[in-house]
Amino acid sequence: MKPIKKDYIRPLDIRHGCIDMGHGAGGRAAAQLIEELFLAAFDNEFLRQGNDGAVFAPPALPPGARLVMATDGHVVSPLFFPGGDVGCLSVHGTVNDVAMSGAQPLYLTASFILEEGFPLMDLKRIVDSMARAARETGVPVITGDTKVVERGKGDGVFISTTGLGVVAPGVDIAGSNARPGDVVLLSGTIGEHGVAVLSQRESLEFETTIESDTAALHTLVAAMLQAAPGGVRVLRDPTRGGLATTLNEIARQSGAGMLLDEAAIPVLPQVEAACELLGLDPLYIANEGKLIAICAPEAADAVLAAMRNHPLGQATARIGTVTEDAHHFVQMTTRFGGRRVVDWLSGEQLPRIC
Amino acid sequence: MKYIDEFRDGDIARKIAARLAEEARPERAYSFMEFCGGHTHAISRYGIADLLPPNVRMVHGPGCPVCVLPIGRIDMAIQLALEHGAIVCSYGDTLRVPASGGLSLVKAKARGGDIRMVYSAADALEIARQNPEREVVFFAIGFETTTPPTALAIRDAHRTQLKNFSVLCCHVLTPAAITHILESPEVRQYGTVPLDGFVGPAHVSIVIGFEPYVQFAIDYQKPVVIAGFEPLDVMQAILMLVRQINEGRAVVENEFSRAVTRHGNQNAQALMAEIFEQRESFEWRGLGEVPASALKIRLAYVQFDAESRFKLTYQPVADNKACECGAILRGVKKPTDCKIFGTVCTPENPVGSCMVSSEGACAAHYSYGRFRDIPVVAQKS
Amino acid sequence: MCLAIPARLVELLPGEQAVVNLGGIRKIISVALIDDAQVDDYVIVHVGHAIGKIDPEEAARTLALFGELAQSQAAAETSAAAKASA
Repeated sequence: MKPIKKDYIRPLDIRHGCIDMGHGAGGRAAAQLIEELFLAAFDNEFLRQGNDGAVFAPPALPPGARLVMATDGHVVSPLFFPGGDVGCLSVHGTVNDVAMSGAQPLYLTASFILEEGFPLMDLKRIVDSMARAARETGVPVITGDTKVVERGKGDGVFISTTGLGVVAPGVDIAGSNARPGDVVLLSGTIGEHGVAVLSQRESLEFETTIESDTAALHTLVAAMLQAAPGGVRVLRDPTRGGLATTLNEIARQSGAGMLLDEAAIPVLPQVEAACELLGLDPLYIANEGKLIAICAPEAADAVLAAMRNHPLGQATARIGTVTEDAHHFVQMTTRFGGRRVVDWLSGEQLPRIC
Repeated sequence: MKYIDEFRDGDIARKIAARLAEEARPERAYSFMEFCGGHTHAISRYGIADLLPPNVRMVHGPGCPVCVLPIGRIDMAIQLALEHGAIVCSYGDTLRVPASGGLSLVKAKARGGDIRMVYSAADALEIARQNPEREVVFFAIGFETTTPPTALAIRDAHRTQLKNFSVLCCHVLTPAAITHILESPEVRQYGTVPLDGFVGPAHVSIVIGFEPYVQFAIDYQKPVVIAGFEPLDVMQAILMLVRQINEGRAVVENEFSRAVTRHGNQNAQALMAEIFEQRESFEWRGLGEVPASALKIRLAYVQFDAESRFKLTYQPVADNKACECGAILRGVKKPTDCKIFGTVCTPENPVGSCMVSSEGACAAHYSYGRFRDIPVVAQKS
Repeated sequence: MCLAIPARLVELLPGEQAVVNLGGIRKIISVALIDDAQVDDYVIVHVGHAIGKIDPEEAARTLALFGELAQSQAAAETSAAAKASA
């Protein structure tokens, strides 16, 4: 499709305008929305081509290199929360998913389902935030799509992002790689994203200065892999379901157990307090800027040092070890001196948190 | 956090544990029931069982109001949403309890019922104010801790002449439940429920005081120690119970003296008495009909009584035959004694009441303690 | 459900409400169920209501007694014992 010639068209009324069904029809209104809102924000060589798909030369793939793709849907409610919004969240989330395979992220796609009546002001805020996140991470959004659904059939906006990355030769990172004796590292304090989102939910109304930790972790991962080639066996970011769920997943995939030390798991005092107040357990609350790394014991010190040297890993802690356990229990010695199982999340602790 | 962290100190825990090991006489077994769901949860979550001598056993009692809520009552709440089109406001804990017809409140919501989670009765009142054209019902459950807030909501609704608000009242009473356990058939039949004493509820006692337990200790010759909510409180209370047994005493002691007084919160009690009166009898899940164990809304406030307003009738629904909740709630069996524990009945798919709430004996054991049931070989490099 | 937590009262509000602070989190709750709530009191919060207050002296005493040999003084305040049995 050739770029539409610019006859004079009254520009979008960002301040007062809303999404209407016309914006999803694929016609002039849709094209205007894309040009004035999306392209203006994301602007890159791929999008400027104006095609339905982005054509690009394959990245350099030395023998043994592999490609990674990951996708994520974002339905967080509310759309704006302390420390972020659905826009930057959708960039960080997928960049992180790609990075958790030990890959260098290259490109993103973004698909928007917009609800009729959604204010353009809010959409612009979200898209600008997304574009900023994409620029800061160095991972461009190279193709996208928008659709509009009738009022009441959506919730403002749903965003779906897919990412592509390259895994260097010799990097083997997977949930099934953990072995008894391996060290479990956590890159920082847990529970902030979930608490930040919750603090905006009307029914709860508590004041806090906690902000979401949403961040792109790919440079942290790169530093870790460089510090100990072959030493990092598993990487995962503890999003929905929190640290507990993620560790249980890994335990099951690897056919092993884990033993954690509660005193070693870093939690901010305000997050602890919010959890006390609401009857929640920080272990089960979503994080959007943290990762778990499981390392070979001889590599742990080097990885830990590399993480602490990185701005996103300064509070990295050694939180436990992988054990031999046919039942794949994740156990924990409590601060109190007793022992308990850290089970899978039961039911739904916090809806619409990511 | 003040008044929280100091009561979770691991070093002091070990001190108390050492005390317990010294004072628990090796030639006898000690069996104590903790009545409050919050205590059950604390014991599991902090792994307190690991710190007790092997001859001191904790038995989990029916102190979880969600667990003892009969299926028939949840059916009523679902009926209000699906058949009467009311906005039903409920505490989060109740939402997943399985009821009749494969439904629960959360499943009824998926079917179109307007069911909303609230954190307090006041939230439900607010929803009623914001939706004057809809009927709003607050599904009120809980022991004496949770009852005064409901009473407050009804009083406020009355004062402001709110026309679209009512309460489905399922509040239950602690002393009646404890009596029922002590009077249960197994106790008389076997004489073998080895309950040597009680860890009394923390927050219920803030409201009702420790006076109501005095008669138990005398009538049943069982010591009662009111314990605070934190793990150190629970451990200290167990120590105090062991001491009483060793010394042949059976009195009420108050470990939670920083919050519990003899007469409790009389404001709150007066408010409850103004709004509620005792039901003759009320079905408790797993325990059957228990006399004088629950509250209903007084006639003066009948317009706020959902049962009367919507002409609801209570239909008892039997529990699954394989479910051992009744025996577990009475302290006669352990979760692991139940054939379907952990297999058919899990927190994901709870069959009985003890698995539903995180304070239930089965749920607590499953989530925090089941690793002890299975020999685990742990190797560290 | 038995979830109740001690929090510091930092501000009184009209309509029998107050702001409490727990570890830096601020929340508005009702104090209608307790008498004479004052700023800097520690109240016990359950489902959005203060149901009682913490007595700081008793709290200190309880902490001091943990694990000590001495019998808790609280025992002396409660009702008379039943007959001792072997």
